Amino acid sequence: MANQTPRTLYEKIWDAHEVERRDDGTSLLYIDRHLVHEVTSPQAFEGLRAAGRKVRRPDLTLAVPDHNLPTTARLDDAGHKLPIADPESAAQLAALEVNAPAAGIRYIGATDIAQGIVHVVGPEQGFSLPGATIVCGDSHTACHGGIGALAFGIGTSEVEHVLATQTLQLKRSKTMEVRVEGELGPGVSAKDVVLHITGVLGAAGGTGHVIEYTGPVIRGLTIEGRLTVSNMAIEHGARAGLIAPDEKTFAYVKGRPFAPTGADWDAAVAWWKSLATDPGATYDRVVVIDAADIAPSVTWGTSPEDVLPITGVIPAPESFADPSKQEAARKSLDYMGLEPGQRMTDVEVQNVFIGSCTNSRIEDLRAAAAVLKGRKKAANVRWAIVVPGSGLVKHQAEEEGLDKVFIEAGLEWREPGCSACLAMNPDKVPAGERCASTSNRNFVGRQGPGARTHLVSPAMAAAAAVTGKLTDVRELALLEA
Amino acid sequence: MEPVSTIDGRAIPFGRKNVDTDVIIPAHWLKGTTRDGMGQGAFEALRKDPGNLFDSAEFKGSPILIAGDNFGCGSSREHAAWALMDLGIKAVIAPSFSDIFSGNAFKNGILTVVLPQEAIDRLMEVAQTDPVHIDLEAQSVTTPFQDRFAFEIDPFRKHCLMSGLDEVGLTLERQDAIGAFEARVREARPFLAKGTAVAA
Ligand code: SF4
Repeated sequence: MANQTPRTLYEKIWDAHEVERRDDGTSLLYIDRHLVHEVTSPQAFEGLRAAGRKVRRPDLTLAVPDHNLPTTARLDDAGHKLPIADPESAAQLAALEVNAPAAGIRYIGATDIAQGIVHVVGPEQGFSLPGATIVCGDSHTACHGGIGALAFGIGTSEVEHVLATQTLQLKRSKTMEVRVEGELGPGVSAKDVVLHITGVLGAAGGTGHVIEYTGPVIRGLTIEGRLTVSNMAIEHGARAGLIAPDEKTFAYVKGRPFAPTGADWDAAVAWWKSLATDPGATYDRVVVIDAADIAPSVTWGTSPEDVLPITGVIPAPESFADPSKQEAARKSLDYMGLEPGQRMTDVEVQNVFIGSCTNSRIEDLRAAAAVLKGRKKAANVRWAIVVPGSGLVKHQAEEEGLDKVFIEAGLEWREPGCSACLAMNPDKVPAGERCASTSNRNFVGRQGPGARTHLVSPAMAAAAAVTGKLTDVRELALLEA
Repeated sequence: MEPVSTIDGRAIPFGRKNVDTDVIIPAHWLKGTTRDGMGQGAFEALRKDPGNLFDSAEFKGSPILIAGDNFGCGSSREHAAWALMDLGIKAVIAPSFSDIFSGNAFKNGILTVVLPQEAIDRLMEVAQTDPVHIDLEAQSVTTPFQDRFAFEIDPFRKHCLMSGLDEVGLTLERQDAIGAFEARVREARPFLAKGTAVAA
């Protein structure tokens, strides 16, 4: 259609998926890809059974366990499956193993090399595609926006709704552009970019919006880095994050198991290219960030918005204008066992977690290994684990010898899964102890009851493992020379 | 879902503000595989107190809960709605609800009634000794003492609740439109229509 009004990437994807629109503005939106894991799906399958309903498009659905799986060996020496100790976890995992195949849904089991965290597996398998609508019963589904998919988390009733109808009843979100201008300094990674954005916008700053991340810094990131940024869209309150697909995206997707081939591929690329936000299209809100302001970052409190450069000092609660934030900061500092004025680089850690759907891809592991190579973990670091995002990431890392680097440095090399990101499996940080973690949430008790989390990049987590304190990775890198 | 028209019975005079979904159902109940049985975990911490309202002879099994502002805030867990359902609660009356909770409640056929604080105060008083009556058709809450409080509800939600239509059922009525959309996608963007079927 000629002379259409200019549209944003979000609006184009939305329009291409609207089955119909009701008078009250609610749309029936078609869902192209549905990822299912063990925690939020059992009641949805049960609901379908109770109502005598079927899964409409098992071929657009992919199931993989991740949250509950222990990250220790899954097979014994004879190749037999090892049992899962926690009976509730075992029951949830067993339910998915039965429910998915019974509905004709492709199931990637715990001992399959392709198994991993849903948000790592989707893009890695080419199941997640640019321009697609993707949902999963998990709030970090926004991750897939890194390849230009409109992806968001849903509740269990919605999981059931998508299984039965392949659609959702939704209202359009507002749009926001977050443009990152300039150039990143040395030692500053995609994780630091998104932590910084979260600090600037606040944990609720993106509420009601879908955010498109733009600008030279975002364009310069690898696909892994873009997935890291989009992953945390929910941590600044956005419904979803989006990054326009480009040649890097196409190169990333091409050749993956479920990616289009032949004539389909050419048609796909042509369509993906047409999705970029039109010149002259407007966003409801625009936020511009200067890369020069972004340092290696770290959180000090119990909200992901509590972000500081590693060179910073813990703020005094009174320094916040908003009285409710003052109160929250007081509670946070109390929980975290920190004092105003304390330097971030003086904070000791006893645990290090490298993993989660934010930072468990091959590049993340390479960045951590680069810091750890030839070094040893500090004596006060009691527990340090590296949990690859999928079996394929694990395999690749082993091909590159990264596992040896980690093990020689005194870190544990584990099987893929969510692990200490939410501590639903046995990987937990003990109460009162501190963890430098590459995950995405520093909520009270997130990594175990009473656990204290500092969110950082993989290189920063590795640096903390080496020194036993939160550390500016840039200084460690200097030592290396 | 069961159609909702009137709800009659004792109302639990809970009254508390900012009740988050962790209070309604603690995280360790998220490991279950069914919607049933969550009632045991509902308000678990509060119910450790032997004198709690929920297990009292008078209020056990009551179909209505009266709460304060911002009921259901915090985590989006739908388990909160399932826990209330399993406890036998069919309606919650409060001055305000978290959006996500009221959406989850609606999806599970629980009526959320928003009334001003003065009305809540009066209902809390009546609830101590007498039943409360909710009429969804008339959009009113009444007591045996001639109190009558009118409430607003989204007409679409009202229609769904009254006819016992769940969202899945409603959308399934649009199957033809969905099928037609799928046919268009197979034509225009076949690569999106293929999913896991492309790999052997
Ligand atoms: S790694 Fe953490 S954030 Fe990601 S899906 Fe698993 S639990 Fe959720």
